[in-house]
Amino acid sequence: MMEKTFDLVIIGAGPAGMAAAVEAAGHKLSVLVLDEQPEAGGQIYRSVNTTERLRPETYALLGDDYQNGKKLQLSFHQTSVTYLSGTVVWLVESDRTVHFLRNGSTNQVTASRLLVATGAQERPVPIPGWTLPGVMGAAAADVLMKSSGVIPSGKIVLAGNGPLLWLTASRLAEAKAEILAVLETINYSNYLRALPCLPQALLANEFLLKGLRMKSVVRKAGIEVLSGVTNLHAEGEEHLQKLHYTHQGKPRIIDVDTLLLHEGVVPNIQLSSQLGCEHDWYELQYYWHPVLDEWGNTSIDGVAVAGDVGIVAGAPVAEASGHLAGLDTAYRLDRISKKQRDDAAKFFRKKIKHNNAIRPFLERLYSPNPEILTPKEDSTLICRCEEITAGQIRKSVELGALDLNGAKAYTRCGMGQCQGRMCGLAAAGIVADTLGKSPREVGFYRGRPPVKPVTLAQLAKDENETIVS
Amino acid sequence: MLKRYGKSRGKTVSIWFEGQPIQAHEGESVAAALLTSGVKYLRHAQVSAKPRAPYCWMGVCYECLLEIDGEQNQQSCLIAVKDGMRIFRQSSAAENT
Repeated sequence: MMEKTFDLVIIGAGPAGMAAAVEAAGHKLSVLVLDEQPEAGGQIYRSVNTTERLRPETYALLGDDYQNGKKLQLSFHQTSVTYLSGTVVWLVESDRTVHFLRNGSTNQVTASRLLVATGAQERPVPIPGWTLPGVMGAAAADVLMKSSGVIPSGKIVLAGNGPLLWLTASRLAEAKAEILAVLETINYSNYLRALPCLPQALLANEFLLKGLRMKSVVRKAGIEVLSGVTNLHAEGEEHLQKLHYTHQGKPRIIDVDTLLLHEGVVPNIQLSSQLGCEHDWYELQYYWHPVLDEWGNTSIDGVAVAGDVGIVAGAPVAEASGHLAGLDTAYRLDRISKKQRDDAAKFFRKKIKHNNAIRPFLERLYSPNPEILTPKEDSTLICRCEEITAGQIRKSVELGALDLNGAKAYTRCGMGQCQGRMCGLAAAGIVADTLGKSPREVGFYRGRPPVKPVTLAQLAKDENETIVS
Repeated sequence: MLKRYGKSRGKTVSIWFEGQPIQAHEGESVAAALLTSGVKYLRHAQVSAKPRAPYCWMGVCYECLLEIDGEQNQQSCLIAVKDGMRIFRQSSAAENT
């Protein structure tokens, strides 16, 4: 069997992956980029070329933050990088052999160095009734605008918190969608907690201004905005019909067709976890992330991480961290000297520092709603694939589960198609709460291959020879 | 319940869902094309057989799994429509036991 080797294999073609590829290719490294999506850009610039070409109204609606992705995408495609779209990585071995699925066949390559740039996912929001058709993520609705030029029809409510809740609300308001309300799950105590970080945030005041602009678009559209909303509960038979919530102590019900939930964004750690990289718990935003050095290198030799999978900080930081990883790869493969690497890094470090100035403020203001970190109602479904409830997870602890992987073994929670991406954080919260421990102590699912489903027929159809550099 | 935004779209293509023809546009995902055409849900949950529709729209939640051109378990929110595509819902474990 012919084995193909690259200096650098990058998984994911969002801002981090594309920037790392551009940097590495610029230093004459052979680079392969494996991307799950049909077009390079990640979620932030999803389908940016297709949208410009086929859906001009949507392209205009999405504005500069989206359209700027074209520049990076263009410079990415102008390099000598081998780019494979529609490609799903399902196993990475510790010798950096990467196994992937493409066009219904499996294939593998070996990397001198590997960069995991798998980005982030929206934090799942397990309220009662969240599995009903009509309920989806707010960032998901934004991705849908980009990927297909489609928006929700009928009556819409957005609920939760975070910059992306407001971004989606403002874009939908500008698209004249019928938004009934934005229900924020944060209250004044979040503002008090965030206030000491405001002076630092003012150093990057363009982000604060952007936030204020999004809120003003929503308010000018006459949309009701409530804060301190609790007890969200979606109701319906075959489809979402009603939303229950509590505001200022009073229970309320509204008729609604689409509910967009959002409680922030969390790193997509399946591959770094499957590789066995050391991870740490980030208490402020309640998620696990790989432990990295200042160049993005993980605890595993030859494996680095760039972008939101390391720590969620947004596209500009992801792009800069991609450059840092690319520079370090070039240094470690003897293309540039240590000094050249360090000098070139200064520009990107400055950029990261500037963009990160806002983070302490945002992370305190928009901390995830405690109600969804440890869902209280026993009947709430946590694992959507295997249909395991909060009550069943609590019961597994009573039966003797000592951590999250124990609860998984008792209940099958996390063993479905999504491999724990949707249930993991809430299940860990429930296990921790029941045991009276912290989420850090109960750990997280160990990523197991295949991290994405692969059939025996696809495994049998191994087309290792066909890859072209 | 979804709708298309903007009048300019890619060229029209025909896809088949559960044996019925549906009009879609080039550059739309299969899941988006179906849910804008009045389809209310894409799959039945494995245990309860209750209806489900995409939650994440980015390949994480697997609520969009469909049989596309004879291949089962396709993530229809990541796959673009093609003229003549034949799409079916899959039966859940609950329905088969």
